Amino acid sequence: MTTTSIRVAETPLVLYALRRADDALVLGHRLSEWCGHAPALEEDMALANIGLDLLGQARSLYGYAAEVEAAGHNEDDYAFHRDAPQYRNLLVAELPNGDFARTILRQFFYAAFADLYWRAMMASPHSTLAAIAAKSEKETAYHLRHSAEWVIRLGDGTEESHRRAADAVAYLWPYTGEMFEADAAERALIDAGTVLDPASFRDAWDKTVSDILAEATLEKPAAGWMQQGGRSGRHSEHLGHLLAVMQSVPRAIPGASW
Amino acid sequence: MSTQATKTITPLWEVFIRSRNGLAHKHVGSLHAADATLALQAARDVYTRRGEGLSIWVVPSNAITASDPGEKGMMFEPAESKIYRHPTFYEVPDEVGHM
Repeated sequence: MTTTSIRVAETPLVLYALRRADDALVLGHRLSEWCGHAPALEEDMALANIGLDLLGQARSLYGYAAEVEAAGHNEDDYAFHRDAPQYRNLLVAELPNGDFARTILRQFFYAAFADLYWRAMMASPHSTLAAIAAKSEKETAYHLRHSAEWVIRLGDGTEESHRRAADAVAYLWPYTGEMFEADAAERALIDAGTVLDPASFRDAWDKTVSDILAEATLEKPAAGWMQQGGRSGRHSEHLGHLLAVMQSVPRAIPGASW
Repeated sequence: MSTQATKTITPLWEVFIRSRNGLAHKHVGSLHAADATLALQAARDVYTRRGEGLSIWVVPSNAITASDPGEKGMMFEPAESKIYRHPTFYEVPDEVGHM
């Protein structure tokens, strides 16, 4: 690493935008790791498409963060010149892909939330956020449909696919609670009516997840202890490795273009 | 997953895409998918990434009955000598414009 990291003035709105952007970038990057490795060509394309949708959402949100921060940073600075503790994504996004079932279940849990969230954010009084939400919602609606159809087929498929899907549900479940969190900084924006309280989507998310898991003959875990820390930069060891790969070229050759 | 296993588990589908209103669905290729729902999604992901379509049809490949390439003499050659079937012997009045 030959370049230093940027310092971001994390006002509540900048922090808000970075959190959502980091979710999309990190999860999109994980999906890009499937490129050339998915179980079939068709699914290779589908996962890459979803990854590209998420990358586009991240770019819009980083662009918005740059505009709000007004410190001369651009989207590349946020993506390539922050270290792991400066990343604000959900822990679930950075977990390794695991097998296909785990990747699909993660996508399903995230999309079931993001679809509700972006659809509601289309009514945001902030025109930029409303526009980002409108574009993201169409994409996310498809991510949800695609992942849900796979969850049903994996869960209600063969003995092996059911076992793998059930393992994925058990592994991922403690990471789902973080999606509904809001700290003091975000609470201020929620109270001001700028953004929506993620906790308000809990019931609708629960219903979607219960319905699909039931159709997939998978057991929904009981609410229990939940992981947290991603939103404040306390990450698993996996994020550092992901960033080392993602940031290696821009850090080694600053300003490179191709 | 071996290629043989893929073939056994996931049937082949033919994909047809209509690019604009008023045009017919056109065959664009094929793909493997477990069932019709996933075939439709896979068709969307594989064949409409660059804005190619407004509508997709997927058809199980084994539902298509094809002509026998060995019979192409009997099937198609008789038409070749009947140039009078092409509408090239008409004077198109100027008023008709482009046809």
